[in-house]
Amino acid sequence: MAFVQQSSPHTHRARPTSRVMLWVILATLPGLLAQTLFFGWGNLINVLWCVGLAVVAEAAVLWLRKKPLSVFLRDNTAAVTGLLLGLSLPPLAPWWVSAVAVVTAIVIAKQLYGGLGSNPFNPAMAGYALVLISFPVAMTTNWPEAAMLFQGAPDFADTLARIFSGTQTAIDGWTMATPLDEYKHKVATHTAAEILRHPTFGEGIARGWEWVNAAFLAGGLCLLALRIMTWHIPVSFLAGLGLMSLAFGSNPDQHAPLSLHLLAGGTMLGAFFIATDPVTAATSHQGKLIYGAGIGILVYLIRTWGNYPDAVAFSVLLMNFAVPFIDYYTPPRTFGHHKARRGLPSRNRG
Amino acid sequence: MTQLWDFAGGIHPPENKQQSTSRPIRPAGIPERLIIPLQQHIGQRAEPVVQVGDRVLKGQKIADVRSGLGVPVHAPTSGIVESIGEHPVPHPSGLADLCVFLRPDGEDQWRPRSPVRDYRELDRDTVLGLIREAGIAGMGGAGFPTNVKLSPPRDRKVHTLILNGAECEPYITADDMTMRERADDVVAGLKVMAWLLRPERCVIGIEDNKPEAAEAMRKACEGTQTEVVVIPTKYPSGGEKQLIRILTGLEVPSGGIPADIGVMCQNIGTAVAVARAVFNDEPLISRVVTLTGGALREPGNVDALIGTPMSYLLERAGWRPEQVGRLVLGGPMMGFTLPDTEVPVTKTSNCVIAATATELPAPPPQQPCIRCGQCAEVCPMELLPQQLFWHARAEEFDKAEHLNLFDCIECGACAYVCPSAIPLVQYYRFAKGEIRVQRAEQAKADRARERFEARQARLEREQQEKEQKRRERAKAAAEAQARKRAEAEQATARDDAGEVDERAAKAALVRQALERKKARTGAPAAAEPPDLEALEKQWLQARAKLDTMQGLLAEAKAKQADNVDKLERAVAKNQERVQRAEQALNDARQSLQNPSQTTH
Repeated sequence: MAFVQQSSPHTHRARPTSRVMLWVILATLPGLLAQTLFFGWGNLINVLWCVGLAVVAEAAVLWLRKKPLSVFLRDNTAAVTGLLLGLSLPPLAPWWVSAVAVVTAIVIAKQLYGGLGSNPFNPAMAGYALVLISFPVAMTTNWPEAAMLFQGAPDFADTLARIFSGTQTAIDGWTMATPLDEYKHKVATHTAAEILRHPTFGEGIARGWEWVNAAFLAGGLCLLALRIMTWHIPVSFLAGLGLMSLAFGSNPDQHAPLSLHLLAGGTMLGAFFIATDPVTAATSHQGKLIYGAGIGILVYLIRTWGNYPDAVAFSVLLMNFAVPFIDYYTPPRTFGHHKARRGLPSRNRG
Repeated sequence: MTQLWDFAGGIHPPENKQQSTSRPIRPAGIPERLIIPLQQHIGQRAEPVVQVGDRVLKGQKIADVRSGLGVPVHAPTSGIVESIGEHPVPHPSGLADLCVFLRPDGEDQWRPRSPVRDYRELDRDTVLGLIREAGIAGMGGAGFPTNVKLSPPRDRKVHTLILNGAECEPYITADDMTMRERADDVVAGLKVMAWLLRPERCVIGIEDNKPEAAEAMRKACEGTQTEVVVIPTKYPSGGEKQLIRILTGLEVPSGGIPADIGVMCQNIGTAVAVARAVFNDEPLISRVVTLTGGALREPGNVDALIGTPMSYLLERAGWRPEQVGRLVLGGPMMGFTLPDTEVPVTKTSNCVIAATATELPAPPPQQPCIRCGQCAEVCPMELLPQQLFWHARAEEFDKAEHLNLFDCIECGACAYVCPSAIPLVQYYRFAKGEIRVQRAEQAKADRARERFEARQARLEREQQEKEQKRRERAKAAAEAQARKRAEAEQATARDDAGEVDERAAKAALVRQALERKKARTGAPAAAEPPDLEALEKQWLQARAKLDTMQGLLAEAKAKQADNVDKLERAVAKNQERVQRAEQALNDARQSLQNPSQTTH
């Protein structure tokens, strides 16, 4: 009688990649809900459009690469890439902007580098950075004014028309600068109190944005609780950003305050959902801390002294470059060893 | 409360232990035939000391290791040695090895036994000898000879003796049930080992999912110094290095053994075997085996004779062969699959899992690594499993080794949590195997190179020596030549031709030179009236010398000496000289008769 011959271990109780990705998708829902509630249907439409396009693009490339569609399409990773783009692009960005971003992300940044697990750069952020550089106007003028859904925000059909046909009739004067953008451009000539009078800031820190960021924070904490990811990257990201802000921008009349840095723009989405992409992040705990802190510091630098109001995409991509370098210097100490073995094996050993 | 430490990583797989703890340990019975492998320990294979057809008694030694590391093997019951030959043994390779086939006679008759009344009256080497003669090798899995382990080198004083009752692998309950039912034996064995090692501390570490075992051990240890320590359940807390870390906070250095830091771990079953060997004179001929898995009707623990075929045990546990998906020897995390049920129980077989296909399902297809790092989170050795995987797959073995591949204990935690279902441990085994092969080849190549270089050096040296010898010979020959020439010339210059004295030769040369000078300057002197008397004396002297030379030559010829040529030439020269002297004498006589004819 012959039985199955198998190498140990014989049990396997892992969350498959597809389930990990599903959890990531679910954890973004509070943030998406908040975006929709405070900024209208734009993000939801973007998300659906980007996810659909991402899956189609992934399928097309997999088919061209003669990879089994059934295995690779089910891992949900393309959907996550599309989702992250849909969440981070301006809610009213025209359809072709999102399309360029998604196709760049899936086809160039991910599949041309070898597909899942082989891409050195965060695909979503590569796509985002491309459209941010290529279409600066479309990327900065399509942020809607915060208005509660069903209480003044344009309805679904108007939003759809705006995104897909570019009509602007029904929603004239509906867009406005984001809080980070507003603060950055006014801070040279205005005091903090004057700046904060602008409606984009609302009564709290940044109207609508604070809730969106809080919702992404909540989703991210769920992922931490589920052990989908470790705390190292989000915490060091926020710590890097926060410490930079405290060190260089403690005067709100000179620089955007810490509260705005943490709760406006893509901070929480970036810290919990984008920087934590395992494929393109550093490996060891120490490496993750350096990686996350690097992103946080770069976000502050670019937001404060750079040309762009927000900086998650560039910061993540820049730190992606540094990942092999970080990994090289930050292997953990192995049990029973005094020191970690850094670098590469020396050739002339033995 | 004993202080506990934690180790990094670890997992909590479903324990599945309750299936086999509901029944007490049952005797497995005596099968129709026992297949007793001769290699059940690390070291040299034992060689049979019985013949086919012999009747052996229970506990009789049937094989022994005469030299080298190893322990003997004993007959688990009385019976006839049916044959000795190859049979598949429980090993991951599934290969066959030499086994003794024993047909039990059902009498189960013991050999005469002589238990020790008080081991403390014996010296330690005698007790270690008893343990060796009982064939005890570590029953936790590795099978290292216990007597060797219990006699660490003098500079490795063991201060902490640990009895490993963690049994962290799912399904396995052999140690658990042993501690519950044979706590006194465990403690007795521990005492013997403690007496041998004299540690400062004795600890029994038990995971907190075995409260009954911990309670039984506590009771058995009452009144002793032994600590019973309950540790949190976390796989692989029963790994030697991990348990030492938990109980002492010490880390076994990479590449080292626990004795390097003054710690020793022993297995529960080994302790029982030691107790039986010392107090009952019973060798290791049976062990507790957990029979479990969804395909068994009556899972539980049995006391099985070494050599009992798995099929016998499984049948008695009510197995349903059609339901067996895979048959695992050991635990689900580190055990290996058995190709069939004919392999026998050995000293290290602790558990057989007859798992259904739903219980231990086939792994899902492997997907690309997404570098999620779950593997590193659970690695108890704090390695970078995904980097090791990348390097193993790319066959960059030096890089894998650099990342401490050889510290991997193959616990399987990484593969257990891998969301991409990558068989990581298999990659590490592959890499380790390849590196070992490469090392062996490297060593072989190094040896060959060394041999080649040594040979080259030797040839060169010989060549040089030859050259040197040749030069020396040439020099010697030249010197001899010069000496002989000098000799010969000296012989011409002096009457004492046989003397081979350098000074004489030189003097001869000087004299010759003077003679030549005289010959040149003496030409005008020829105008003087020739001294007849002197010429006559010269001629006579030359004649006398020629006679001597001829005598020497005759002598040399008779002796066949190598200076015959020389002497011949010298004789010829002397003859010339005699003639010249004669001529000169004649000329002088004539010139004295008619001086007018004298010219110049």
